[in-house]
Amino acid sequence: MKSGLDAPICLTWELTYACNLQCVHCLSSSGQRDPRELSTVEAEAVIDEMARMQVFYVNIGGGEPTIRPDFWHLVDYAVDRGVGVKFSTNGSRIDAEVARRLSESDYVDVQISIDGADAETNDSIRGEGSFETATTAMGNLREAGFGDFKISVVMTRHNIAQLDEFAALAERYGAQLRLTRFRPAGRGAETWHELHPSNDQQVELYHWLLDRPEVLTGDSFFHLSALGEPLPGLNLCGAGRVVCLVDPIGDVYACPFVLHPDFRAGNVRDSGGFASIWRQSDLFTEMRQPQSAGACATCGQFDACQGGCMAAKFFTGIALDGPDPECVNGFGEDLVVVNSAGPAGGPDHSRPTPVRLGGRR
Amino acid sequence: MKFDADGAYRLHPKVAIRPEPFGALAYHYDNRRLNFLRAPELVALIESLSDHDSVRQAFRAAGIESHRWPAFETALASLAESEVLVPS
Ligand code: SF4
Ligand code: SF4
Repeated sequence: MKSGLDAPICLTWELTYACNLQCVHCLSSSGQRDPRELSTVEAEAVIDEMARMQVFYVNIGGGEPTIRPDFWHLVDYAVDRGVGVKFSTNGSRIDAEVARRLSESDYVDVQISIDGADAETNDSIRGEGSFETATTAMGNLREAGFGDFKISVVMTRHNIAQLDEFAALAERYGAQLRLTRFRPAGRGAETWHELHPSNDQQVELYHWLLDRPEVLTGDSFFHLSALGEPLPGLNLCGAGRVVCLVDPIGDVYACPFVLHPDFRAGNVRDSGGFASIWRQSDLFTEMRQPQSAGACATCGQFDACQGGCMAAKFFTGIALDGPDPECVNGFGEDLVVVNSAGPAGGPDHSRPTPVRLGGRR
Repeated sequence: MKFDADGAYRLHPKVAIRPEPFGALAYHYDNRRLNFLRAPELVALIESLSDHDSVRQAFRAAGIESHRWPAFETALASLAESEVLVPS
Protein backbone atom coordinates (compact mmCIF):
# COMPACT_ATOMS: atom_id res chain seq x y z
CA MET A 1 0.00 0.00 0.00
CA LYS A 2 2.71 2.40 1.03
CA SER A 3 4.63 1.77 -2.15
CA GLY A 4 1.84 3.08 -4.33
CA LEU A 5 -0.92 1.87 -6.62
CA ASP A 6 -1.40 1.86 -10.38
CA ALA A 7 -4.12 4.47 -9.93
CA PRO A 8 -5.21 6.55 -6.96
CA ILE A 9 -8.09 5.37 -4.78
CA CYS A 10 -8.99 8.82 -3.60
CA LEU A 11 -8.63 11.25 -6.46
CA THR A 12 -9.94 14.73 -5.85
CA TRP A 13 -10.46 17.14 -8.70
CA GLU A 14 -11.16 20.73 -7.91
CA LEU A 15 -12.91 21.84 -11.05
CA THR A 16 -12.92 25.55 -10.36
CA TYR A 17 -11.78 28.03 -7.77
CA ALA A 18 -14.95 30.03 -8.38
CA CYS A 19 -17.35 29.99 -5.47
CA ASN A 20 -20.43 31.84 -4.34
CA LEU A 21 -19.43 31.40 -0.69
CA GLN A 22 -16.29 32.50 1.11
CA CYS A 23 -15.84 30.03 3.99
CA VAL A 24 -13.28 31.07 6.53
CA HIS A 25 -11.56 27.67 6.53
CA CYS A 26 -11.58 27.01 2.78
CA LEU A 27 -8.72 24.63 2.10
CA SER A 28 -8.23 25.93 -1.44
CA SER A 29 -8.70 29.65 -0.68
CA SER A 30 -11.44 29.70 -3.29
CA GLY A 31 -13.48 32.62 -4.50
CA GLN A 32 -12.56 33.65 -8.01
CA ARG A 33 -12.17 31.63 -11.14
CA ASP A 34 -8.61 31.16 -12.36
CA PRO A 35 -8.31 32.30 -16.00
CA ARG A 36 -6.04 29.32 -16.70
CA GLU A 37 -8.77 26.85 -15.75
CA LEU A 38 -8.89 23.65 -17.86
CA SER A 39 -11.23 23.96 -20.83
CA THR A 40 -14.05 21.50 -21.43
CA VAL A 41 -11.97 19.61 -23.98
CA GLU A 42 -9.01 19.44 -21.61
CA ALA A 43 -11.24 18.29 -18.79
CA GLU A 44 -12.66 15.56 -21.03
CA ALA A 45 -9.14 14.42 -21.83
CA VAL A 46 -8.41 14.12 -18.11
CA ILE A 47 -11.53 11.99 -17.70
CA ASP A 48 -10.52 9.80 -20.66
CA GLU A 49 -7.24 9.20 -18.93
CA MET A 50 -8.91 8.34 -15.63
CA ALA A 51 -11.07 5.85 -17.49
CA ARG A 52 -8.01 4.22 -19.05
CA MET A 53 -6.41 3.99 -15.60
CA GLN A 54 -9.63 2.43 -14.28
CA VAL A 55 -10.06 5.06 -11.61
CA PHE A 56 -13.22 3.91 -9.80
CA TYR A 57 -14.54 7.34 -8.98
CA VAL A 58 -13.42 10.92 -8.79
CA ASN A 59 -14.26 13.33 -5.97
CA ILE A 60 -15.18 16.58 -7.60
CA GLY A 61 -14.94 19.73 -5.53
CA GLY A 62 -13.77 23.29 -5.81
CA GLY A 63 -14.64 26.04 -5.31
CA GLU A 64 -18.26 25.35 -6.02
CA PRO A 65 -18.00 22.90 -8.92
CA THR A 66 -21.59 23.34 -10.10
CA ILE A 67 -20.73 26.92 -11.06
CA ARG A 68 -18.83 25.66 -14.09
CA PRO A 69 -21.26 25.84 -17.01
CA ASP A 70 -20.07 22.44 -18.25
CA PHE A 71 -20.33 20.77 -14.83
CA TRP A 72 -23.29 18.49 -15.63
CA HIS A 73 -21.79 17.62 -18.97
CA LEU A 74 -18.53 16.55 -17.33
CA VAL A 75 -20.40 14.45 -14.75
CA ASP A 76 -22.24 12.63 -17.55
CA TYR A 77 -19.05 12.31 -19.54
CA ALA A 78 -17.29 10.61 -16.62
CA VAL A 79 -20.16 8.28 -15.75
CA ASP A 80 -20.54 7.25 -19.40
CA ARG A 81 -16.91 6.17 -19.35
CA GLY A 82 -17.20 4.13 -16.17
CA VAL A 83 -15.73 6.70 -13.81
CA GLY A 84 -18.10 7.28 -10.88
CA VAL A 85 -18.52 10.82 -9.54
CA LYS A 86 -18.88 12.07 -6.00
CA PHE A 87 -19.19 15.78 -5.82
CA SER A 88 -19.15 18.26 -2.98
CA THR A 89 -21.40 21.25 -3.10
CA ASN A 90 -22.77 23.96 -0.88
CA GLY A 91 -26.17 23.00 -2.28
CA SER A 92 -26.98 26.27 -4.02
CA ARG A 93 -27.69 24.58 -7.35
CA ILE A 94 -29.47 21.46 -6.11
CA ASP A 95 -33.06 22.41 -6.87
CA ALA A 96 -35.90 19.89 -7.19
CA GLU A 97 -35.21 19.20 -10.86
CA VAL A 98 -31.47 18.66 -10.40
CA ALA A 99 -32.14 16.43 -7.39
CA ARG A 100 -34.49 14.33 -9.47
CA ARG A 101 -31.93 13.93 -12.25
CA LEU A 102 -29.20 13.04 -9.78
CA SER A 103 -31.29 10.38 -8.13
CA GLU A 104 -31.55 8.55 -11.46
CA SER A 105 -27.87 7.67 -11.63
CA ASP A 106 -26.28 4.91 -9.57
CA TYR A 107 -22.85 6.29 -10.29
CA VAL A 108 -23.22 9.78 -8.89
CA ASP A 109 -23.00 10.62 -5.23
CA VAL A 110 -23.57 14.02 -3.67
CA GLN A 111 -21.99 15.53 -0.63
CA ILE A 112 -23.52 18.63 0.91
CA SER A 113 -21.14 20.59 3.11
CA ILE A 114 -22.20 22.23 6.34
CA ASP A 115 -20.18 23.36 9.35
CA GLY A 116 -22.79 23.61 12.06
CA ALA A 117 -25.96 21.76 12.96
CA ASP A 118 -27.89 25.02 13.12
CA ALA A 119 -27.88 28.21 11.10
CA GLU A 120 -26.02 30.25 13.68
CA THR A 121 -23.04 27.91 14.04
CA ASN A 122 -22.92 27.12 10.34
CA ASP A 123 -23.36 30.62 8.97
CA SER A 124 -20.64 32.08 11.17
CA ILE A 125 -18.19 30.00 9.15
CA ARG A 126 -19.85 29.63 5.77
CA GLY A 127 -21.73 32.91 5.48
CA GLU A 128 -25.25 34.08 6.08
CA GLY A 129 -28.02 32.06 4.50
CA SER A 130 -25.74 29.11 3.72
CA PHE A 131 -27.40 26.77 6.23
CA GLU A 132 -30.76 27.33 4.67
CA THR A 133 -29.30 26.82 1.20
CA ALA A 134 -27.78 23.51 2.31
CA THR A 135 -30.87 22.20 4.07
CA THR A 136 -33.08 23.18 1.14
CA ALA A 137 -30.83 21.08 -1.10
CA MET A 138 -31.00 18.20 1.39
CA GLY A 139 -34.77 18.40 1.38
CA ASN A 140 -34.78 18.31 -2.41
CA LEU A 141 -32.58 15.21 -2.44
CA ARG A 142 -34.76 13.50 0.12
CA GLU A 143 -37.92 14.33 -1.85
CA ALA A 144 -36.31 12.98 -5.00
CA GLY A 145 -35.55 9.71 -3.22
CA PHE A 146 -31.81 10.09 -3.77
CA GLY A 147 -30.98 7.60 -1.02
CA ASP A 148 -27.99 8.04 1.18
CA PHE A 149 -26.33 11.22 0.01
CA LYS A 150 -23.64 12.56 2.30
CA ILE A 151 -23.74 15.43 4.74
CA SER A 152 -20.15 16.48 5.13
CA VAL A 153 -18.84 18.38 8.14
CA VAL A 154 -15.35 19.63 8.93
CA MET A 155 -14.87 19.24 12.69
CA THR A 156 -13.97 22.43 14.53
CA ARG A 157 -13.92 23.75 18.05
CA HIS A 158 -17.39 25.19 17.48
CA ASN A 159 -19.22 22.14 16.25
CA ILE A 160 -17.82 19.12 18.11
CA ALA A 161 -20.44 19.74 20.79
CA GLN A 162 -23.06 19.17 18.07
CA LEU A 163 -22.06 15.63 17.08
CA ASP A 164 -25.40 14.12 18.11
CA GLU A 165 -27.28 16.88 16.34
CA PHE A 166 -25.40 16.20 13.12
CA ALA A 167 -26.30 12.53 13.39
CA ALA A 168 -29.95 13.47 13.93
CA LEU A 169 -29.87 15.84 10.97
CA ALA A 170 -28.47 13.12 8.71
CA GLU A 171 -31.15 10.73 9.87
CA ARG A 172 -33.88 13.26 9.22
CA TYR A 173 -32.77 13.61 5.61
CA GLY A 174 -32.01 9.94 5.04
CA ALA A 175 -28.38 10.89 4.53
CA GLN A 176 -25.09 9.48 5.71
CA LEU A 177 -22.93 11.60 7.96
CA ARG A 178 -19.35 12.25 6.95
CA LEU A 179 -17.01 14.00 9.36
CA THR A 180 -13.55 15.11 8.36
CA ARG A 181 -10.62 16.70 9.98
CA PHE A 182 -10.00 20.45 9.87
CA ARG A 183 -6.57 21.09 8.42
CA PRO A 184 -4.55 24.28 8.35
CA ALA A 185 -4.53 24.53 4.55
CA GLY A 186 -5.57 27.49 2.42
CA ARG A 187 -7.59 30.01 4.45
CA GLY A 188 -7.68 27.30 7.14
CA ALA A 189 -4.09 28.21 8.00
CA GLU A 190 -5.17 31.67 9.09
CA THR A 191 -8.07 30.39 11.16
CA TRP A 192 -6.34 27.29 12.55
CA HIS A 193 -5.81 28.63 16.06
CA GLU A 194 -9.39 29.75 16.41
CA LEU A 195 -10.99 26.69 14.88
CA HIS A 196 -9.02 23.54 15.55
CA PRO A 197 -10.48 21.30 18.28
CA SER A 198 -9.01 21.18 21.77
CA ASN A 199 -7.46 17.95 22.99
CA ASP A 200 -10.48 17.22 25.18
CA GLN A 201 -12.71 17.65 22.16
CA GLN A 202 -10.51 15.30 20.17
CA VAL A 203 -10.92 12.64 22.87
CA GLU A 204 -14.68 13.17 22.82
CA LEU A 205 -14.74 12.85 19.04
CA TYR A 206 -12.63 9.69 19.14
CA HIS A 207 -15.03 7.89 21.47
CA TRP A 208 -18.04 9.13 19.56
CA LEU A 209 -16.58 7.75 16.33
CA LEU A 210 -15.61 4.41 17.88
CA ASP A 211 -19.24 3.95 18.91
CA ARG A 212 -20.46 4.78 15.41
CA PRO A 213 -18.54 2.86 12.78
CA GLU A 214 -21.24 3.78 10.24
CA VAL A 215 -20.17 7.43 10.27
CA LEU A 216 -17.82 8.10 7.35
CA THR A 217 -14.56 9.93 7.99
CA GLY A 218 -12.47 9.53 4.85
CA ASP A 219 -10.05 7.93 7.34
CA SER A 220 -9.06 11.45 8.26
CA PHE A 221 -8.78 11.06 12.04
CA PHE A 222 -6.18 8.33 12.16
CA HIS A 223 -3.96 10.47 14.41
CA LEU A 224 -6.64 9.80 17.07
CA SER A 225 -5.97 6.07 16.87
CA ALA A 226 -3.06 6.79 19.20
CA LEU A 227 -5.70 7.08 21.94
CA GLY A 228 -6.33 3.33 21.97
CA GLU A 229 -8.31 1.02 19.76
CA PRO A 230 -7.69 2.09 16.15
CA LEU A 231 -10.49 3.76 14.23
CA PRO A 232 -11.70 1.76 11.22
CA GLY A 233 -10.01 2.45 7.89
CA LEU A 234 -6.62 2.85 6.31
CA ASN A 235 -4.60 4.28 9.12
CA LEU A 236 -1.93 6.10 7.19
CA CYS A 237 -1.25 9.30 5.34
CA GLY A 238 -2.09 8.42 1.77
CA ALA A 239 -0.62 11.53 0.16
CA GLY A 240 0.92 10.60 -3.19
CA ARG A 241 0.35 6.91 -2.46
CA VAL A 242 -3.41 6.43 -2.57
CA VAL A 243 -4.52 10.06 -2.56
CA CYS A 244 -3.91 12.96 -4.90
CA LEU A 245 -5.45 16.16 -6.16
CA VAL A 246 -5.89 17.79 -9.55
CA ASP A 247 -6.54 21.51 -9.26
CA PRO A 248 -8.57 23.69 -11.66
CA ILE A 249 -5.56 24.56 -13.82
CA GLY A 250 -4.45 20.93 -14.00
CA ASP A 251 -1.69 20.99 -11.40
CA VAL A 252 -1.36 17.67 -9.59
CA TYR A 253 -0.63 17.74 -5.86
CA ALA A 254 0.03 14.94 -3.38
CA CYS A 255 -3.20 15.59 -1.51
CA PRO A 256 -6.04 18.16 -1.42
CA PHE A 257 -4.56 19.79 1.66
CA VAL A 258 -1.08 20.55 0.39
CA LEU A 259 -1.63 23.10 -2.35
CA HIS A 260 1.94 24.31 -2.20
CA PRO A 261 4.75 24.18 -4.77
CA ASP A 262 6.68 21.71 -2.57
CA PHE A 263 3.96 19.11 -3.14
CA ARG A 264 3.22 19.76 -6.78
CA ALA A 265 4.09 16.73 -8.90
CA GLY A 266 3.28 18.09 -12.37
CA ASN A 267 0.47 19.28 -14.61
CA VAL A 268 -1.99 17.20 -16.60
CA ARG A 269 -1.16 19.35 -19.62
CA ASP A 270 2.44 18.02 -19.55
CA SER A 271 3.31 15.26 -22.00
CA GLY A 272 2.45 11.91 -20.47
CA GLY A 273 -0.49 13.49 -18.68
CA PHE A 274 -1.92 12.43 -15.37
CA ALA A 275 -0.93 8.75 -15.59
CA SER A 276 2.76 9.45 -15.88
CA ILE A 277 2.63 11.97 -13.04
CA TRP A 278 0.91 9.43 -10.83
CA ARG A 279 3.18 6.56 -11.77
CA GLN A 280 6.54 8.24 -12.36
CA SER A 281 6.83 11.76 -11.02
CA ASP A 282 9.88 12.36 -8.83
CA LEU A 283 7.76 13.69 -6.00
CA PHE A 284 5.39 10.73 -5.81
CA THR A 285 8.21 8.22 -6.26
CA GLU A 286 9.97 9.79 -3.33
CA MET A 287 6.85 9.87 -1.17
CA ARG A 288 6.42 6.13 -1.70
CA GLN A 289 9.81 5.32 -0.23
CA PRO A 290 9.81 4.18 3.38
CA GLN A 291 9.66 7.29 5.57
CA SER A 292 11.53 7.75 8.82
CA ALA A 293 9.53 8.01 12.02
CA GLY A 294 11.69 10.95 13.08
CA ALA A 295 10.71 12.53 16.35
CA CYS A 296 7.84 10.04 16.72
CA ALA A 297 10.16 7.01 16.65
CA THR A 298 10.20 6.67 20.40
CA CYS A 299 6.43 7.03 20.75
CA GLY A 300 4.64 3.81 21.64
CA GLN A 301 1.69 4.78 19.47
CA PHE A 302 3.54 5.31 16.22
CA ASP A 303 2.10 2.18 14.62
CA ALA A 304 -1.42 3.48 15.15
CA CYS A 305 -0.86 7.14 14.40
CA GLN A 306 2.08 7.18 11.97
CA GLY A 307 2.97 10.68 13.08
CA GLY A 308 -0.31 12.08 11.78
CA CYS A 309 -1.06 14.39 8.87
CA MET A 310 1.72 15.74 6.69
CA ALA A 311 -0.32 18.77 5.63
CA ALA A 312 -1.14 19.70 9.22
CA LYS A 313 2.54 19.59 10.09
CA PHE A 314 3.68 21.48 7.01
CA PHE A 315 1.33 24.42 7.38
CA THR A 316 1.96 24.78 11.09
CA GLY A 317 5.71 24.79 10.55
CA ILE A 318 6.48 21.39 12.07
CA ALA A 319 9.08 19.14 10.43
CA LEU A 320 7.50 16.47 8.26
CA ASP A 321 8.98 13.74 10.43
CA GLY A 322 7.82 15.50 13.59
CA PRO A 323 4.60 14.92 15.52
CA ASP A 324 1.20 16.09 14.33
CA PRO A 325 0.21 19.55 15.68
CA GLU A 326 -2.77 17.81 17.27
CA CYS A 327 -0.73 14.86 18.59
CA VAL A 328 -2.93 13.36 21.30
CA ASN A 329 0.07 13.24 23.61
CA GLY A 330 0.54 16.96 23.25
CA PHE A 331 3.98 16.63 21.64
CA GLY A 332 2.99 18.80 18.70
CA GLU A 333 1.49 21.89 20.31
CA ASP A 334 4.75 23.49 21.41
CA LEU A 335 6.27 22.99 18.01
CA VAL A 336 3.66 24.96 16.12
CA VAL A 337 5.64 27.92 14.88
CA VAL A 338 3.26 29.47 12.42
CA ASN A 339 0.56 31.59 13.92
CA SER A 340 -1.19 32.95 10.90
CA ALA A 341 -0.68 31.83 7.34
CA GLY A 342 1.45 28.81 6.61
CA PRO A 343 4.49 28.87 4.35
CA ALA A 344 3.81 31.32 1.56
CA GLY A 345 3.42 30.26 -2.02
CA GLY A 346 0.11 28.43 -2.19
CA PRO A 347 -2.47 29.69 -4.65
CA ASP A 348 -4.91 32.18 -3.19
CA HIS A 349 -8.13 32.81 -5.07
CA SER A 350 -9.97 34.53 -2.26
CA ARG A 351 -12.01 37.47 -3.35
CA PRO A 352 -10.56 40.81 -2.26
CA THR A 353 -13.56 41.51 -0.04
CA PRO A 354 -15.65 38.72 1.39
CA VAL A 355 -18.93 38.45 -0.46
CA ARG A 356 -21.82 37.16 1.56
CA LEU A 357 -24.43 34.98 0.02
CA GLY A 358 -27.55 37.05 -0.20
CA GLY A 359 -30.71 35.39 -1.43
CA ARG A 360 -30.88 31.84 -2.62
CA ARG A 361 -30.31 31.06 -6.23
CA MET B 1 -26.97 -15.73 3.33
CA LYS B 2 -24.23 -18.22 4.15
CA PHE B 3 -21.53 -18.74 1.58
CA ASP B 4 -21.80 -22.12 -0.12
CA ALA B 5 -18.78 -23.43 -1.99
CA ASP B 6 -21.04 -25.87 -3.83
CA GLY B 7 -23.16 -23.01 -5.11
CA ALA B 8 -22.65 -20.85 -8.18
CA TYR B 9 -21.56 -17.23 -7.80
CA ARG B 10 -20.75 -14.31 -10.00
CA LEU B 11 -19.36 -10.81 -9.68
CA HIS B 12 -21.98 -8.23 -8.70
CA PRO B 13 -22.77 -6.16 -11.81
CA LYS B 14 -22.00 -2.91 -9.95
CA VAL B 15 -18.50 -3.99 -8.96
CA ALA B 16 -15.37 -2.88 -10.82
CA ILE B 17 -12.07 -4.69 -10.43
CA ARG B 18 -8.67 -3.15 -11.10
CA PRO B 19 -5.40 -5.12 -11.05
CA GLU B 20 -2.73 -3.79 -8.68
CA PRO B 21 0.79 -4.95 -7.83
CA PHE B 22 -0.46 -6.76 -4.70
CA GLY B 23 -3.47 -8.38 -6.40
CA ALA B 24 -6.45 -6.19 -7.14
CA LEU B 25 -8.93 -3.66 -5.83
CA ALA B 26 -12.66 -4.16 -6.12
CA TYR B 27 -14.98 -1.19 -5.82
CA HIS B 28 -18.70 -1.58 -5.23
CA TYR B 29 -20.78 1.26 -6.67
CA ASP B 30 -23.83 0.36 -4.58
CA ASN B 31 -22.40 0.33 -1.08
CA ARG B 32 -19.33 2.35 -2.16
CA ARG B 33 -16.95 0.05 -0.39
CA LEU B 34 -13.48 -0.83 -1.50
CA ASN B 35 -12.19 -4.38 -1.11
CA PHE B 36 -8.60 -5.57 -1.32
CA LEU B 37 -7.91 -8.81 -3.14
CA ARG B 38 -4.51 -9.81 -1.93
CA ALA B 39 -3.67 -12.67 -4.28
CA PRO B 40 -3.21 -12.45 -8.03
CA GLU B 41 -4.97 -15.81 -8.58
CA LEU B 42 -8.04 -14.51 -6.80
CA VAL B 43 -8.78 -12.03 -9.58
CA ALA B 44 -8.72 -14.63 -12.37
CA LEU B 45 -10.70 -16.98 -10.18
CA ILE B 46 -13.43 -14.43 -9.52
CA GLU B 47 -13.67 -13.60 -13.18
CA SER B 48 -14.07 -17.29 -14.00
CA LEU B 49 -16.77 -17.96 -11.39
CA SER B 50 -19.68 -17.28 -13.70
CA ASP B 51 -18.45 -19.99 -16.08
CA HIS B 52 -18.92 -22.70 -13.48
CA ASP B 53 -21.81 -24.33 -11.65
CA SER B 54 -20.02 -24.22 -8.33
CA VAL B 55 -17.16 -22.48 -6.63
CA ARG B 56 -15.31 -25.77 -6.15
CA GLN B 57 -15.58 -26.51 -9.83
CA ALA B 58 -13.99 -23.13 -10.52
CA PHE B 59 -11.17 -24.00 -8.09
CA ARG B 60 -10.54 -27.24 -9.93
CA ALA B 61 -10.61 -25.57 -13.34
CA ALA B 62 -8.19 -22.91 -12.16
CA GLY B 63 -5.81 -25.62 -10.97
CA ILE B 64 -5.78 -24.43 -7.36
CA GLU B 65 -4.31 -27.15 -5.14
CA SER B 66 -6.85 -28.60 -2.74
CA HIS B 67 -4.93 -27.66 0.41
CA ARG B 68 -5.41 -24.01 -0.50
CA TRP B 69 -9.15 -24.29 -0.98
CA PRO B 70 -10.10 -23.37 2.58
CA ALA B 71 -8.12 -20.14 2.36
CA PHE B 72 -9.78 -19.25 -0.94
CA GLU B 73 -13.18 -20.16 0.44
CA THR B 74 -12.65 -17.78 3.35
CA ALA B 75 -11.63 -15.01 0.99
CA LEU B 76 -14.62 -15.58 -1.29
CA ALA B 77 -16.99 -15.83 1.67
CA SER B 78 -15.92 -12.41 2.86
CA LEU B 79 -16.42 -11.04 -0.65
CA ALA B 80 -19.90 -12.56 -0.71
CA GLU B 81 -20.52 -10.97 2.66
CA SER B 82 -19.76 -7.52 1.23
CA GLU B 83 -21.83 -8.37 -1.87
CA VAL B 84 -18.90 -8.24 -4.26
CA LEU B 85 -20.00 -11.77 -5.18
CA VAL B 86 -23.63 -12.74 -5.50
CA PRO B 87 -25.25 -16.14 -5.99
CA SER B 88 -26.15 -16.79 -9.59
S1 SF4 C 1 4.26 11.38 19.16
FE1 SF4 C 1 3.92 11.12 16.98
S2 SF4 C 1 3.25 8.98 16.72
FE2 SF4 C 1 3.04 9.51 18.89
S3 SF4 C 1 0.94 10.13 19.12
FE3 SF4 C 1 2.13 11.99 18.78
S4 SF4 C 1 2.08 12.33 16.56
FE4 SF4 C 1 1.41 10.22 16.94
S1 SF4 D 1 -1.28 15.03 4.21
FE1 SF4 D 1 -2.92 14.88 5.72
S2 SF4 D 1 -4.76 15.24 4.54
FE2 SF4 D 1 -3.17 14.74 3.08
S3 SF4 D 1 -3.31 12.53 2.76
FE3 SF4 D 1 -1.83 12.88 4.39
S4 SF4 D 1 -3.01 12.70 6.27
FE4 SF4 D 1 -4.45 13.02 4.61
